[in-house]
Amino acid sequence: MLGLNRKDTTFLIIVVLLTLFTPFLMQPFSEGSAMAQFNGGYPDLMAKVAIFGIFAMGFNILFGLTGYLSFGHAAFLGVGSYSAVWMFKLLTLNVFPAIILAVIIGGVFSLVIGYISLRRSGIYFSILTLAMAEMSYRLAYSVLTPITNGETGLQVRATDPRIFDGEGAADYPNLFGLELSTSQKWEVLGHVFTFNVGYYFCALIAIVMFYLSMRIFRSPFGLILRATKSNQQRLSYTGLSTRPYALAAFVISGMYAGLAGGLLAAMDPLAGAERMVWTASGEVVIMTILGGAGTLLGPVLGAGAIKYLENIFSKINENVLHEWFHFMPEWLADPIVFILSRFTGEGWHLTLGLMFMAVVIFLPGGLIEGGQRIANRFRKKPPEDDDAEHHPKAAPHVAE
Amino acid sequence: MDAIFLQILNGLDKGSAYALIALGLTLIFGTLGVVNFAHGALFMIGAFCAVTLQKLFNLSYQVIDETQKDFLGNPLKVDVPYLESWFGPEFGIALMDWSVPLAIFFAIPIMVLVGFVMERGLIKHFYKRPHADQILVTFGLAIVLQEIVKYFYGANPIQTGAPDVFRGALDFGVMFGFEPNAIIYPYWRLVYFLFSAVLISGVFAFLRFTTFGMVVRAGMADRETVGLLGINIDKRFTIMFGVAAAVAGLAGVMYAPILAPNYHMGMDFLVLSFVVVVVGGMGSLPGAVAAGFLLGILQSFASMNEVKAIIPGIDQVIIYLVAIIILLTRPRGLMGKRGVMEE
Repeated sequence: MLGLNRKDTTFLIIVVLLTLFTPFLMQPFSEGSAMAQFNGGYPDLMAKVAIFGIFAMGFNILFGLTGYLSFGHAAFLGVGSYSAVWMFKLLTLNVFPAIILAVIIGGVFSLVIGYISLRRSGIYFSILTLAMAEMSYRLAYSVLTPITNGETGLQVRATDPRIFDGEGAADYPNLFGLELSTSQKWEVLGHVFTFNVGYYFCALIAIVMFYLSMRIFRSPFGLILRATKSNQQRLSYTGLSTRPYALAAFVISGMYAGLAGGLLAAMDPLAGAERMVWTASGEVVIMTILGGAGTLLGPVLGAGAIKYLENIFSKINENVLHEWFHFMPEWLADPIVFILSRFTGEGWHLTLGLMFMAVVIFLPGGLIEGGQRIANRFRKKPPEDDDAEHHPKAAPHVAE
Repeated sequence: MDAIFLQILNGLDKGSAYALIALGLTLIFGTLGVVNFAHGALFMIGAFCAVTLQKLFNLSYQVIDETQKDFLGNPLKVDVPYLESWFGPEFGIALMDWSVPLAIFFAIPIMVLVGFVMERGLIKHFYKRPHADQILVTFGLAIVLQEIVKYFYGANPIQTGAPDVFRGALDFGVMFGFEPNAIIYPYWRLVYFLFSAVLISGVFAFLRFTTFGMVVRAGMADRETVGLLGINIDKRFTIMFGVAAAVAGLAGVMYAPILAPNYHMGMDFLVLSFVVVVVGGMGSLPGAVAAGFLLGILQSFASMNEVKAIIPGIDQVIIYLVAIIILLTRPRGLMGKRGVMEE
């Protein structure tokens, strides 16, 4: 189906089902129960998961396949947001022109930046992309203020021209009149499920993008990208110039990022330069690595995990912790609460950093590799045998 | 003419900080072959060493002074620092005043220790892994260190004063025959520049004129052969990591009066220092120092109003622009050696 083999079709269908039923899956606890604070099924969070899933998927096409580690992808996200908000201001609050322009501008920007950065590889590439992104961020804050509105951020105002919107058009980003913020609530057995237009819009796009990245992974083009990662020199000896392929991958991932930026603006029509700062680029790297770089589903899982944990962890403050441990005697509960509260609430970034380090150190393949290891354990098949057969270890160098 | 002179002076202090951080980065890269994204965090920890010492020196207890009254007529409570009561008013207050320079001695053991722990505990395991992994794990470490500092010291910048002697500014121009008050330069920035010059020459002299330094240089050129000669090169490289950490830390200590330390100053300086390293040439120590000063001075020229009038916004991006141009035209950097991380 759709040019996929049987296994991939099943995989795609599973992903589609998972995405469509996210409002149920992320709402496992009934309303009013003690666990309700772990529910993640509200539209804002779900849409963010879908959007950052798209962002990470795009980043993965570059990093996972070619191995080029870009530290500047947030710039494309920010550019996408800005162009989307400009479309809202000038043309219409319908999301389609905004998103299309966001993708195009993301692509153009990544073409320029990629063309320059890809003349070097390895760590130089990382630093070049970092420098480019930092430059865009600084420019957005200073000279480009007429376009970006500087520190205040770009917003949609009532006085904007919006030439395609007639009188009485919706004041919020919409899909041909259907506002993205519209939600339908459904109460069943004490559970409250929210179905939000914006989430489903993002989710549908995410599914299409997932399908696209699947096709790229399975295509001859994807094969060349993988070859770039494993041995660039050999590839150029066979007469292939790798740079156009790497540039294509860079532009594709830039367009994914632009799309994600456009969707972010569609969910909440404002754009600020802080989306482009280099630690924001670091965040997408973290998402991709956490889920598993080079795997199809990994980056989406990573984005979901990080956005979900960020939301939940930031909510847990000391009072909440005290409530949890109030059954314990005070002398025991207080130190526990003290220690835990260092990692939650304000301390979420500490947890993020530790988690990220742990993944890079112990589980370079990310959550996907972790899952595979556990699955192998249960199949009672020692993974080492499998390894030795298919991936013979390189003979040690004489000099080493 | 005097404007140009002034901008060169203004660039020196920032350039010194860039040069010191880039020197440490290059040392680590040249010896251990590790790309250390946590180096900015070391700079930040150094700055907070100065903050800590100042806070320690200012610890005080309250004394009820019967001779003075507060506005309600009660005897006034006066804070007396412990140092003052231990060492007498004159010496105690002098100690408090000089806390930033004294923090150098406080910071060296701390920074060397932090460096050892980092290298033995974490980075040792990443020698054989790809550069991307090294970047990622040290990036994670930088986040962790930054959050720990944020927990202890809060998110706001903490003012840390230089000694009173250096508070003022020097009328630098008069010495060179310019008009009075044309070129005014704060004393502390001059101190910072001299300090960094001493530190940089110290590191170079250490590498050039001691046996230890000779072995390290040999190890940088060919690690395996040095190992085959029966020298424990790993141990020496670990010590060099400690030295690099101390250099970054001292750069931070002395920078505290120029820029009030906050928890994300490390990240801010890190990006620029990496750019400096790349411009200077990966693995070249003189290149790192030269590029640090060069970029610092270029940056201060770009922030002149006359220049900004021609190209708006140039002050924000000049460093990155220079880096991009240099990387594209001279991929090896200004003084990069052949074969060191070329691809």
